[in-house]
Amino acid sequence: MKRLVIALAAFALLCGTAFAEPVTIEFWHAMGGKNGDVTQAIIDKFNASQGDYKVVGVFKGSYADTMNAGIAAFRAGQPPAILQVYEVGTATMMAAKGAIVPVYKLMKEEGRSFDPHEFIPAISGYYSTSAGQMLSMPFNSSTAVMYYNKDAFRKAGLDPAKPPTTWPEVFADARKLKAAGYAGGLTSNWFGWIQLENFSAWHNLPFGTKSNGFDGFDTRLVFNGPLQLRHLTNLYNLSKEGVFIYGGRDNAANTLFTSGQVPIHFESIGGYGAMKSTCTFDFGVAMLPYYPDVKGAPQNSIIGGASLWVLAKQSPAQYKGVAAFLTFLSKPDIQSYFHEQTGYLPVTLAAYKLTKEQGYYKDNPGLEVAIRQLNYKTPTPNSRGIRFGYMPQIRTICDEQWESILGGKETVKQGLDNMVRLGDELLRKFEKIAEAE
Amino acid sequence: MAKQYEFSSRRLPYLLVLPQMVIVFVFFFWPALQAVWQSLYMQDAFGLSMIFVGLSNYVRLFKDPSYLNSLFISFAFAAVVAFSAMILALFLAVQANRRIRGAAFYKTMLVWPYAMATLVAGVLWLFLFSPNVGIIAYFLKHSLGVDWNHLLRAGQAFLLVSIAATWKQISYNFVFFLAGLQNVPAALVEAAAIDGAGPFRRFWSVVFPLLSPTTFYLLTMNLVYAFFETFPIIHQVTEGGPGQATNILVYRVYKDGVINLDLGASSAESVILMLIVIGLTVLQFRFVERKVTY
Repeated sequence: MKRLVIALAAFALLCGTAFAEPVTIEFWHAMGGKNGDVTQAIIDKFNASQGDYKVVGVFKGSYADTMNAGIAAFRAGQPPAILQVYEVGTATMMAAKGAIVPVYKLMKEEGRSFDPHEFIPAISGYYSTSAGQMLSMPFNSSTAVMYYNKDAFRKAGLDPAKPPTTWPEVFADARKLKAAGYAGGLTSNWFGWIQLENFSAWHNLPFGTKSNGFDGFDTRLVFNGPLQLRHLTNLYNLSKEGVFIYGGRDNAANTLFTSGQVPIHFESIGGYGAMKSTCTFDFGVAMLPYYPDVKGAPQNSIIGGASLWVLAKQSPAQYKGVAAFLTFLSKPDIQSYFHEQTGYLPVTLAAYKLTKEQGYYKDNPGLEVAIRQLNYKTPTPNSRGIRFGYMPQIRTICDEQWESILGGKETVKQGLDNMVRLGDELLRKFEKIAEAE
Repeated sequence: MAKQYEFSSRRLPYLLVLPQMVIVFVFFFWPALQAVWQSLYMQDAFGLSMIFVGLSNYVRLFKDPSYLNSLFISFAFAAVVAFSAMILALFLAVQANRRIRGAAFYKTMLVWPYAMATLVAGVLWLFLFSPNVGIIAYFLKHSLGVDWNHLLRAGQAFLLVSIAATWKQISYNFVFFLAGLQNVPAALVEAAAIDGAGPFRRFWSVVFPLLSPTTFYLLTMNLVYAFFETFPIIHQVTEGGPGQATNILVYRVYKDGVINLDLGASSAESVILMLIVIGLTVLQFRFVERKVTY
């Protein structure tokens, strides 16, 4: 008995010295289902690759839930080291200077090589300052593309190999599809993100002043210009003809497309996997259309998705671990794995190259369309992204006004002006609070 | 008459209610007080910058036409839902209380929806009325010529969330009305019948007054339900739209607080909502309760 106790004690001592407790790094994210499994697999790979740090991934629900959980934890004095925040939360995170550690700063202090030029510019630019310093680490990125039903194109006598590239062509094809017996010709998800934010960037038009908010909080919205008015008027008129079908907010219009009722649809490339498993027909992915009379169009589209923010109040050892984990995340094979498993875009150029070399795009041409669209031209201050406070609310305002326009409660011009006016009121409030800090 | 118990120790009764009071304080009073306090500030999401603004969050709300619209919508919605849910439940309870074949089956079926989460009720009705794939929307369009599109028609959206919210609440009301009806002494109803009162007169002059404590209780509960607990239905079915046609107060509190992280505005909204519901409850106890016979 005595011998056993001694043996156990010796064993415990051995364990204690041989396996020093790794430093725990909490990583709160909003990746559920399949995406959550892939995220956890990457975390496991990182933990297995070294013994100093242990990343603990915690699924916190929707993007809004995750952000709220992180903020509540910060207020309670115990924030996670890494928090995944959706792209529209970027301005809020950036303004909270005392709550975050900018990624470029962390990487520099920890002596990690970290070159923004290794990233796809439209992705890194979204999360960088105007001076090109990356504030957060891009994680899952998507962009808006056009999906079209090839079977329907055949039925309406259109060429499925040649999807329309300009808006006038889209409208003409949509009318033909409607005439061929479909419930409608085109529909769209995410009205604000696709038909206003991406639309403006794709035509190299500003969405707001101060480089779309990148150069300061004293920014105003300017997306009620003549081209946006023309575009929404076209959609409104098509809606009166029953060619454009409004399918609801967020991604509610998906059922219109996947059920085969409406053959042209605008949706995130993040929905590519779901489309592949849901659609019973042959479909294709094409770049966003543009108005051919606009000089310089198309430019490049902007991203959606989320990035990883490093929060304050961690120990020096934890920050070391965070830097190691972020470096691990941007490795080409990890990026490529995440890209192929989730359908989100690779964030580094090397990962894109690797995926291409592996021949992945032969079977999944839609994903490459999205990357080429993001990379179409070097981003300008109009197409780098958007950075406004209360952005989720601004998108809601856009949804509400768009519904009022389509419901005939106000004209297109009134609705578009209201979006800008109500959005500006929020920006003034955000500016006031941010400056008081 | 209930028996009165005397506690031997003076402290014991307080000790016995203490756990309940602690729960009420921690989960109800403390957050409510926090909301009042936060409504006096403008602050960023992380609480790094707090500007004391007095009542200006409230002033801002009452100057905002969209907020006044939400107030109006909330009252209209609460009135429609509480009234419909109670009338329909009373009607069903009276029917189910008669001696009919398979009464137990009807009663069980009528109580079932109560077991369902409000969110699921929302999904169900949304699915039936979805303009794209909904079976009722299809029927309305192709058989009755009604162009159902609650995504763009404000009136239809209001109707749809009202139906869903009412449907969900009928079961609850039904159980209470049925229990109330079963407590009405048969002798009273028979006596009225012998005196020559018809079925309607018997119900209105004998049964309904005896049900008044139940009705009063349900009125309070239904208003609270319509103001607060219908949140999942709005969230699932309309997200407050089209435009702001179904943007009731509790949904605004959520949108401003959770999505937009504007805690000042959200707190002010929740304080106002709290005052409205407290006010309505007090009014009911002062004026409606007088007409109640226990």
